[in-house]
Amino acid sequence: MSLKKETDDGITFDTFMEGIWRQNPVFVMVLGMCPTLAVTVSAVNALSMGIATLFVLVSSCLLVSLIRNLVPKEVRIATYIVIIATFVTLVDYIIQAVSLSLYEALGAFIQLIVVNCIVLGRAEAHASRNPPLKAVLNALGMGIGFTIGLLALGATREILGAGKLFGFSLFGDHFQPWVVMVLPPGGFFVLGAWLLLFSFMRSRSEKGAQHG
Amino acid sequence: MNSPVPVHTTPSNKMILTMGLVASICGVLIVGAYESTQEAIAHNKRIMVERAVFKVLPGAAKVSEYVATAGGIQPLTGNVPEGGVKFYAAYDAAGALKGIAAEAAGKGYADIVRVLYGYDAKCQCIIGIGVVSMRETPGIGDKIITDKDFLKNFEALDVRINAEMSALTNAVKVVKHGSKQNAWEIDAIAGATITSKAVGRGINESAQKLLPLLVPHVKELLP
Repeated sequence: MSLKKETDDGITFDTFMEGIWRQNPVFVMVLGMCPTLAVTVSAVNALSMGIATLFVLVSSCLLVSLIRNLVPKEVRIATYIVIIATFVTLVDYIIQAVSLSLYEALGAFIQLIVVNCIVLGRAEAHASRNPPLKAVLNALGMGIGFTIGLLALGATREILGAGKLFGFSLFGDHFQPWVVMVLPPGGFFVLGAWLLLFSFMRSRSEKGAQHG
Repeated sequence: MNSPVPVHTTPSNKMILTMGLVASICGVLIVGAYESTQEAIAHNKRIMVERAVFKVLPGAAKVSEYVATAGGIQPLTGNVPEGGVKFYAAYDAAGALKGIAAEAAGKGYADIVRVLYGYDAKCQCIIGIGVVSMRETPGIGDKIITDKDFLKNFEALDVRINAEMSALTNAVKVVKHGSKQNAWEIDAIAGATITSKAVGRGINESAQKLLPLLVPHVKELLP
């Protein structure tokens, strides 16, 4: 049974860095696009959404990893979903306790972290086959990678669409905001531009490696 | 027909045990989180309501929740009963009634636009509005928060009720930009008519429902 095999190559720096760079969920794997496009109208929203996902990711991966040898494979997905949903509910309460206006800005996307494929993907593909420390490090990397991705989009859209960054005005009164950037189509434009930049950098580094 | 023989199956009781165990751990976590955040959430909600009410009724310092029903008005405890309308009575620091605030909602361009309006019982008019939530287009519909000419409509919007105390004497109406003539009309924002109308319709609907229930009893709110 190869499914449950432990990948015992130990903890390397790449365990953590994988999610931030080589397999960045937003720019490389293009996962979790629903919150990525919807909540990144401002840097604050993007950062909060990223941190909320990071928290869910790390805590559910820790729990999944701890009980990985107890869960029969037939019910593993159901078990993971229950665990993920629990931590999403915790985040939901915590955000309400921290700031109600933030809670309203993020809307249904907090609850929708449950079905974020990054979280279930990590639980199934990594945490269920690795010891807790390694699983947590990997999840932490992925979460940070996701947060960076969201922040990159959120900051770009806020600067272009509102002339602000983290709510501080950047250009003074004469700036005419490029409103479409904070509207839904702007999400696709900005995401497209970032993906273009990343694949350009990747193809350049591959070429560089070939020519040696 | 031969059914394929499963190579390895886990006994059902083990599956049930595992899921039950996981569900119980999760249940405990959720209850713990609920218990420890409940107070902060209730506090946040109260602050949010107070801030919104103070904005539409400047000078207010204390807010109490009430509900108006066909049987009169009473302080709100628990949920709003059927047919009842929730409103806030705001008092200034000396304890005098500053005004009444209530929520109105109308279908806007993108979603429901919810506003809070301040009502002055002395002039029987609306003296201010504040947006509670909306998803209108930035730069167009969201002018209802900032447009000074639009907000001027709500400095003394006439919402007198008729002699039978059954409805408003004149329904609140949104008119085309620049054609406001009467005190019960709202001058729409040019280019954001749908959002302006959502505000006007919402206020009309809410006032038509609340004020006939409230005005006969408004003296009970005085300290």
